[in-house]
Amino acid sequence: MAIFKLGTMTLKSVFKKPETLKYPYETKEPYEKQKGFVKQIDDTKCNLCGICSKKCPCGAINVDRDAKVWEINHFKCIQCQYCIMSCPKKSLEMDGHKPEISTEKKIEKIEINNG
Amino acid sequence: MAKSSVIPFGPQHPVLPEPLHLDLVVEDEKVIKAIPQIGFVHRGLEKLVDIKDYNQFVYVVERVCGICAFGHSMGYSETIEKLLDVEVPKRAEYLRVIWHELSRIHSHILWLGLVADAFGYESLFMHCWRLRERILDIFERTCGGRVIFSVCVPGGITRDMDKNTLSDIDAVLDGIKGEYTQLCKTFLNDTSVKSRTIGVATITKSQAEAMSMVGPFGRASGLDYDVRSLKFGAYADLTDFAPVIDDQGDCYARMKVRCAEVFQSIDIIKELISKIPDGDINVPVKSNTKRDKEVSHVIEQPRGECYYYTRGSGTKFLSRFRLRTPTSQNLAGMITSLEGCDLADVNMIILTIDPCISCTER
Repeated sequence: MAIFKLGTMTLKSVFKKPETLKYPYETKEPYEKQKGFVKQIDDTKCNLCGICSKKCPCGAINVDRDAKVWEINHFKCIQCQYCIMSCPKKSLEMDGHKPEISTEKKIEKIEINNG
Repeated sequence: MAKSSVIPFGPQHPVLPEPLHLDLVVEDEKVIKAIPQIGFVHRGLEKLVDIKDYNQFVYVVERVCGICAFGHSMGYSETIEKLLDVEVPKRAEYLRVIWHELSRIHSHILWLGLVADAFGYESLFMHCWRLRERILDIFERTCGGRVIFSVCVPGGITRDMDKNTLSDIDAVLDGIKGEYTQLCKTFLNDTSVKSRTIGVATITKSQAEAMSMVGPFGRASGLDYDVRSLKFGAYADLTDFAPVIDDQGDCYARMKVRCAEVFQSIDIIKELISKIPDGDINVPVKSNTKRDKEVSHVIEQPRGECYYYTRGSGTKFLSRFRLRTPTSQNLAGMITSLEGCDLADVNMIILTIDPCISCTER
């Protein structure tokens, strides 16, 4: 009977490895292309051209050429990676790890030392 | 004479999957009329074309709906490519269709889980959503995200899949096929499922044609229309594609059509993986749109034909973008199918139609 087929499937799952991880005691390593948070690879590649800021669909990035500061609001970022694709200096990357838990909405500011 | 009363149904209801309000005019447990009301998730996304250029707007379009996310980004990208006369590399077309068919499998397995849950089969719901997790794992591995992918852009795609990934997808689909066959047999052969769905909410072929129904809802009533038969993109390279059709038009027929479409999608993906050409995945798209040039395009979303219309403005911004989703086309059919049914069958009928109100309202 069809209902016994489901019973055998359910019984098999008792002996199989669980489908879930015991988070936070077990964590999964992010995949190579996992979405996460956008960050500067290092603080020397960026030339503060502002293309990433113009391309960002939600206005999460702000570039201040005079103060030499690149800032991103991770709460606005939708992880589309349009900034990473359009950066002419390839200075941005996406880190697939979970960012640290934050208790307030703060903007990440990076000082650029490109000489 | 029976006394009629009006029962409000939704938008918040334990078994209603979508935020839709129905005023059900009932006489002694029989629904005489259903008056729909939508607008609970209207976000005004089409208006955002005023402030986002056509490259940025793809990220808005894919957020119209979570289940149909890739389909919307693919339909929008193909519309923009038509508008700008851009030819996409063949490999990109193949990968787009592979992701789109995976979305279809994901949508139908999710739907089967919801229907089983509405029937009270919670363990079958869990098994379906466990299978769905394997598809979401493929998405996470290839695109980075489980629901919103951001890989399909005007000009092609932004990520490639190597041979190992494609063969792993093949192996995962083989595993899903075996387990999904068991789930379908369990569900479709069950006597209580059959007694609650056979002969219920029947829509005849002539009614379906008159109301221009689309998708599995229309195909279950005998309508032979599937946009994939029009052979756009990589669908043109399929050796043998025929829409899954049933002529009964009742809830059981709709369930059978959706279950069969998963197997069809698995075969399509396997065929495309075996034939995928090498090459580029993207061409740069930077030109301005032509002023007042209008373009329309259709794709087959999991719920049916989705129609995209756009008009250029002479700049990088579009002057208009319109999206007509399959559920908005099927609303008339849904209301007709509810007339004359029992009150207890209402949520089950709506579930077999598989509406997507967030697509309808944008």
